[in-house]
Amino acid sequence: MTGPLNDTGQAREQASSSGNGAGPLELMDGSRIGVVGGGPAGSFFSFFLLRMAESIGLDVALDVYEPRFFNHRGPAGCNHCGGIISESLVQMLATEGINLPSTVVQQGIDSYMLHTDQGDVSIQAPRDEKRIAAVYRGNGPRESEPTRIAGFDRHLLDLTKTSGGNVVRNMAREITWHGGRPRITSTDGSSQDYDLLVMAAGVNSRALDLFSDASPQFKPPKIQRTFICEFRLGPDTVREWFGTSMHVFLLDIPRLVFAAIIPKGDFVTLCLLGDDLDQELVESFLDSPDVKRCFPGSVVPPLACHCFPHINVEAAVRPYGDRIVWIGDGGVARLYKDGIGSAYRTAKAAAKAAVFHGISTDDFRKHFWPACRSLDIDNSIAKVVFAVTHLIQRSRFLRRGVVRMTAREQQRKGSSNRMSGVLWDTFTGSAPYRDILLRTMNPSFPLTLAWNVIAGNMPFGNARQKGEPSNGG
Amino acid sequence: MEGSGLGKVYGDGEVIVQQGEIGDCMFTVQEGQLEVVATHDGRGEVRIGTMETGAIFGEMAIFEKEVRSATVRALGSARVLTIDKKTFLRRVQEDPSLAFNLVRMMSHRIRMLTEQVGERRVGGERRTSEDRPHTDRRAGG
Repeated sequence: MTGPLNDTGQAREQASSSGNGAGPLELMDGSRIGVVGGGPAGSFFSFFLLRMAESIGLDVALDVYEPRFFNHRGPAGCNHCGGIISESLVQMLATEGINLPSTVVQQGIDSYMLHTDQGDVSIQAPRDEKRIAAVYRGNGPRESEPTRIAGFDRHLLDLTKTSGGNVVRNMAREITWHGGRPRITSTDGSSQDYDLLVMAAGVNSRALDLFSDASPQFKPPKIQRTFICEFRLGPDTVREWFGTSMHVFLLDIPRLVFAAIIPKGDFVTLCLLGDDLDQELVESFLDSPDVKRCFPGSVVPPLACHCFPHINVEAAVRPYGDRIVWIGDGGVARLYKDGIGSAYRTAKAAAKAAVFHGISTDDFRKHFWPACRSLDIDNSIAKVVFAVTHLIQRSRFLRRGVVRMTAREQQRKGSSNRMSGVLWDTFTGSAPYRDILLRTMNPSFPLTLAWNVIAGNMPFGNARQKGEPSNGG
Repeated sequence: MEGSGLGKVYGDGEVIVQQGEIGDCMFTVQEGQLEVVATHDGRGEVRIGTMETGAIFGEMAIFEKEVRSATVRALGSARVLTIDKKTFLRRVQEDPSLAFNLVRMMSHRIRMLTEQVGERRVGGERRTSEDRPHTDRRAGG
């Protein structure tokens, strides 16, 4: 997004004049809604708002400002994301009537392969089916073949169009307030006034900075740098070496928080999360023998495409006001996981508030903010979960116990899957972090783990776990 | 059928849901076609209908503690995704509108069934009224 910064005076004008002379703070027949950003948050919001409005016979018009078509390969059509649709989100979307066709799903994932220096262990999906979707947000990485790839964001934006939304193929250049209503000016110079402005631009969009003073009390979220890259291996190699598993790494590398390799057709995507993530951390990770042995000949291939996108690690302050609301990772997102799931939740909560309650600060505080606060509270618990994960990463002694306990659970199908379930939900982002933490507090969990830590560190039990393949194939 | 897609691929005739079984999940058709069949009082199998991509089925097991009311099997190759009862019900508590699409679909099914029952009744009455003259003719003959 390009253009001049918004005038804070205009924001103040908006704050003081909301509802005064601008009509009632609710959607009515003929109301107009402007959505800035056509990524998952903007598309989910549009889809749900239009569906809910139709259900109560409310006739509204909705414009989504999104200049990208999401059909270019490489950075131009990409939304800089690992592209994982969590198990719970896949199910919720299917229940909502949003199915993900096989042209969008680059790889259905049915298992996780946990790699540690103490061995590898495979954790299978609960129902022996592919329950997690690996997708491209755009139209595939640089160098990819354009055939058969349909981006996830494009799929959702098409859904918005079929639901009756209008996609404006222009960038929003400026947001101003006139008579208490927001006005969006596009890069082509045209301006439109709206009854409700929805900010669905993500943390990697300049729009979040440009328009952060559109509401006086809004403060953008805190962000952290991540690393995402693609390796081109060809479909046969990907199938043989990575199978239908997502590969996650619990390695004792300083500053590394989480690492995963996701198979996607011709490519595999590497996602790295870390403190002060830089090239040095990326190289340390790729130099690790436990990473190298995932690739044919233990050689990490050259990067086909890479970026250092940001993620939301601390919620925005007051992501709502009269006639304005921030959704997606520009507002609140789950820590480290399920960013698209967060977009779905916040977008739907905002749509419900707008259609069934109103578009005032108070309406969003009562009916939108609780969904965000729930994510925010869960993120506080997530910090505890990741602190424990960090401890396991640092301690070889503990890693042996975790790998042993998980491997034994997976060997004994039908028995309790305490550690497998905890790891599955932590890696997939399928369950709230609160649920994960509560499960580890069941007395049997620490007792079983303690036994496995002791047994795993006995002289006869501390060898690298055998019988587990080093790849998912 | 694409092997990369979500859910599980069922071959032609493979059973996804068996009538009489206890269920703890519902399903959505991701790709392909399914047929719904049922038997009553040990008599032969009756085809109740077919389902296409996007259909949701098995939802009665989510809301009632009853056995599956019909058998569902693949017509050709089909890909089906499971929706867990626990996941669904937990999320419905947080967001009741999640059930909206399901309620709409069940409402549509009730409407279809009502129409079918109506057609059968009308058909039955027509047959009865057509039978009467026949009986009458026999009586008079």
